[in-house]
Amino acid sequence: MAAATPAEYISHHIQNLTFGQHADGTWGVAHGAKEAAEMGFIALNLDTMFWSLLTGILFCYLFRVVARDASIDKPSRWQLCVEMVVEMVAGSVRDAFHGRNALIAPLALTIFVWIFLMNLMDLVPVDFIPFVSHLVGIEYMKMVPTTDVNATFGMSLSIFGLMVYYGIKVKGFGGFFGELAFHPFGKAFLPINLVLETVSMLAKPLSLSLRLFGNMFAGELVFVLIAALIPFWLQWALSVPWAIFHILVITLQAYIFMMLTIVYLGQSHESHD
Amino acid sequence: MNMNLTLLGQAISFAIFVWFCMKYVWPPILQALEDREAKIADGLAAAERGKQELEQAAQGKEEALREGRDKAQEFITQAQKRSDEIVEAAKVTAREEAERIKLAAQAEIEQNQNQAREALRLEVGKLALAGAEQVLMREVDESAHRDVLAKLSAEL
Repeated sequence: MAAATPAEYISHHIQNLTFGQHADGTWGVAHGAKEAAEMGFIALNLDTMFWSLLTGILFCYLFRVVARDASIDKPSRWQLCVEMVVEMVAGSVRDAFHGRNALIAPLALTIFVWIFLMNLMDLVPVDFIPFVSHLVGIEYMKMVPTTDVNATFGMSLSIFGLMVYYGIKVKGFGGFFGELAFHPFGKAFLPINLVLETVSMLAKPLSLSLRLFGNMFAGELVFVLIAALIPFWLQWALSVPWAIFHILVITLQAYIFMMLTIVYLGQSHESHD
Repeated sequence: MNMNLTLLGQAISFAIFVWFCMKYVWPPILQALEDREAKIADGLAAAERGKQELEQAAQGKEEALREGRDKAQEFITQAQKRSDEIVEAAKVTAREEAERIKLAAQAEIEQNQNQAREALRLEVGKLALAGAEQVLMREVDESAHRDVLAKLSAEL
C-alpha cells in the first residue's frame, strides 16, 4: 500500500502474511519476503489459511443448507443451482471413474467448489481487502489461497496420498509395486521401469498443483501489474476484460483439478494387466 | 513462495471439508435427486395410465350412448304397439258394450210391449164382457163363461 515504486507495490502484493520464528528467536509476522524466507518450514501463511478456511466453510454452509432442506417437490433456486453442480460432478465421476468408492464423488465436489471459491477471490479488486487490512494494521494480505503454492500442494499431496493408499488397497502391495517395476518395458528392464514410473507418478501431484498455482498466480499478477502500472482512471480498460476472461480461467482450473483427481484415482483403482 | 506449515494446514482443512461433504452434503442431495427422478418417472407413468383410462372411458361412453339410444327406440316402438293394442281393445269392448245395451233395450221394449198387450187384452176382455152383459141385459155368469172368456182373450 505504502509502496513508492511499481516494483515495491508488486512485490508487496505477492507477499503472504507469514507467521513464524524470526532470526532473533522471537515469534511474529514476517516483514518482507526475506524475513519470511528465513523462517523456513515452521511458519504459517495466515492469509492463505484464513481465506481458504473461510471459503471452505462457506462451501460447507451453502451446500449443507441445501442438503438439510432438500425438497423434492418445491426446490428453491439455490437448491436447483447446487443440484446442477452436484449433477455435473456426479456425471463426471460416472464417466471417468469405474470403481466403487463412496469417497470419490464428495471429494470431487469439494475440490471443484472449494477451488472455485478460492479462485473467485481473484475477482475481488486487488486493493480492496489489502486496503482494509492495512487500516487495521495487517501489512500483507494475499487473499487468493490458490496463488500460494502451499495451498495447491496441500491438496495435491493429499490426493497423491489417496492415490498411493487406494493403489495399495485395491491391487495389494505386490500389484502396486509391480506396476511401478514391471511397466512399461517388462521385467528385464526393472530399474528403468522403476525410474520412469516413479517419475510419472510423482509428476501427477506436481503438475496438478503447479498448474493451478501457475494459472492463478499469473492471473493475479496481471491484475497487480494493471493496478501498478496504469493510471487509476484507465485501469478498467484492461482489468475488466481480464476479469471477464478470468471467470473462465477460474472455473476451468477448478474443473481441471477435479477431473484429473478423478482420473488419477480411477487409475489407482484399475489394474493395467 | 516459501514452503511451510501452511501445506499441512491446507491438507488438514482439505481432509475436514471432504469429510464434511462426504457425510453431510453429498448423500442427502443425491438422495433428493434420486427421489425426484423416481417421482417424475412415477408421475409420467401415472399420466400415461390416466390417458389410457380416459381413452377406454371414452370408448365405453360411446358404447353406452349407442346402447341407450337403441333401448329408447325399442321402448318407443313397444309403447306405440301397446297403445295401438289398447285402443283396439277399447274399441272392441265399446262395440260389445253398445251391442249389449242395445239388446237389453230391445228386450225391455219387447217386455213392455207384451205387458201393454196383456193389459189391453184383459181390458178388451173386460170391455167385451161388459158389452156382452149389456147386450144380453143380464148378468153373465162369469164363472160359467170363464172358459169362453179366456179363449176369447187368448185370441185377442
